[in-house]
Amino acid sequence: MPEPPAKPTPLQLFLGFLYIGGLAFGGAVAWARHVLIEDRRWLSEREYAELIGLAQVLPGPNVGNLAVIYGRRCAGLAGAAAALGGFVLVPTAVVLGLVALWQEFGQNPWVAAFMAGVAPAAAGLALGAAIKSGIRLRPPPEQILAIIAIALAVVIWRVPLLWVVAVAGPVCVALSVRRALRA
Amino acid sequence: MTPSWLEILGTFALLSLLAVGGANALAPEMFRLLVETRGWLDEASFVKLFALSQAAPGPNILAASVMGMAVAGLLGGIIATIGILGPAAILAWTVAGWLDRLKGAWWLKPAQGGLVPIAVGLMAAGGIILGEAAFSFWAAPLITAGTAAFVALTPRNPLWALLLGGLIGLAFAR
Repeated sequence: MPEPPAKPTPLQLFLGFLYIGGLAFGGAVAWARHVLIEDRRWLSEREYAELIGLAQVLPGPNVGNLAVIYGRRCAGLAGAAAALGGFVLVPTAVVLGLVALWQEFGQNPWVAAFMAGVAPAAAGLALGAAIKSGIRLRPPPEQILAIIAIALAVVIWRVPLLWVVAVAGPVCVALSVRRALRA
Repeated sequence: MTPSWLEILGTFALLSLLAVGGANALAPEMFRLLVETRGWLDEASFVKLFALSQAAPGPNILAASVMGMAVAGLLGGIIATIGILGPAAILAWTVAGWLDRLKGAWWLKPAQGGLVPIAVGLMAAGGIILGEAAFSFWAAPLITAGTAAFVALTPRNPLWALLLGGLIGLAFAR
C-alpha cells in the first residue's frame, strides 16, 4: 500500500470538488467516488463508503454534505467552505445560465415546443427514479406500505413535507432499526 | 408580485433541512409552496424550469436556484442557492464534529434504510405531480411513462430521455 498523501489544502479541496461538480452529469455520487478515491487518492474505498453513508442520512445534496464533512476534517471551516463552494460553483452557474437562456428564448415557438416535451420527460425521471429504487432496494413489506402511503398523502391531500418527515421519519427509522435488531 | 429576498431565503432554507432524497423528492413541496401556496410561479413554468434544472450537471437540488432566478432574477437565484444549501451544510458541519463517534455506529445503516421509503414515496409523488402539471399536449403522459420506464429499466444516461421528449415536443406540440 502506498502511503496516503498529506491532507489536501483548502485550494486543493476547492479544485477537487470543482472537478466533481463540473462533470457530474447524472450522478454526482459515482463521480465523486472516482475523483476522491482513484483520481486524487484522498480517501480509501472504506472511508468513502462511511462518509457517503453519513452524507446520505443527512438532508441536502449527498456530495455537498460529503464536501462539508471531508473539508472540515482536512482544513476546518476554510476546507468545508472551499469544498462545498467548489462543488456547487459550476453547476449553479450552468443552471442559472440555462434559466437566462430560457427567459430570453422561451417564447420562441420551437423552444416552447421542445420544452413542452422535456417537461413531461423530467416528470418521468422522478417517477422512474422511484421505481428503480423500489426494484433495486427491494424494500420489506412495511416499507412498501409506507411508500404508497406517503405518495398518496402528498399527491392527493398535498400533505406538507414537514409533516411527512416529522411523522413518517421517526416511524420508518424505528421500523428499520427494529428489523435490523431482529436480523 | 416579486417576493423579497428574505422570503426567498426563508422558503428555501426551510426546504433545505427537509431535503431527504434530492430534488425529485423535494418537487412536491416546492410545487406546493411556490405554485399553490405562495403563487410565485404558474404550473406550466414550474414544470419547465424543473425540467431545465434536471438537464444540468451537479446536484439536482439546484432546481431551487432555477426557481429562485425565475421568481426574482439572478440575485434571487443566488439567494435560493444559499438558502437550499446553507442549513443542510451547517447541519453536516455540526454532525462532522461527532463523526468519530458516529461513523461505525450500528444504527447508521438501518437509519439510512429508514429514510428510503420517504425518499421513494416523495419521488413517486413528485413524478405524478410534475406529470399532471406537464400535461400540455396529448403525448405528454406517454413521454412521462416512457421516460419512467427508460430510467427504471436501463442504466443509460437519462439525458437521452429528456432529449427524446424534447424532440417529440418539437414534432407534436407546436
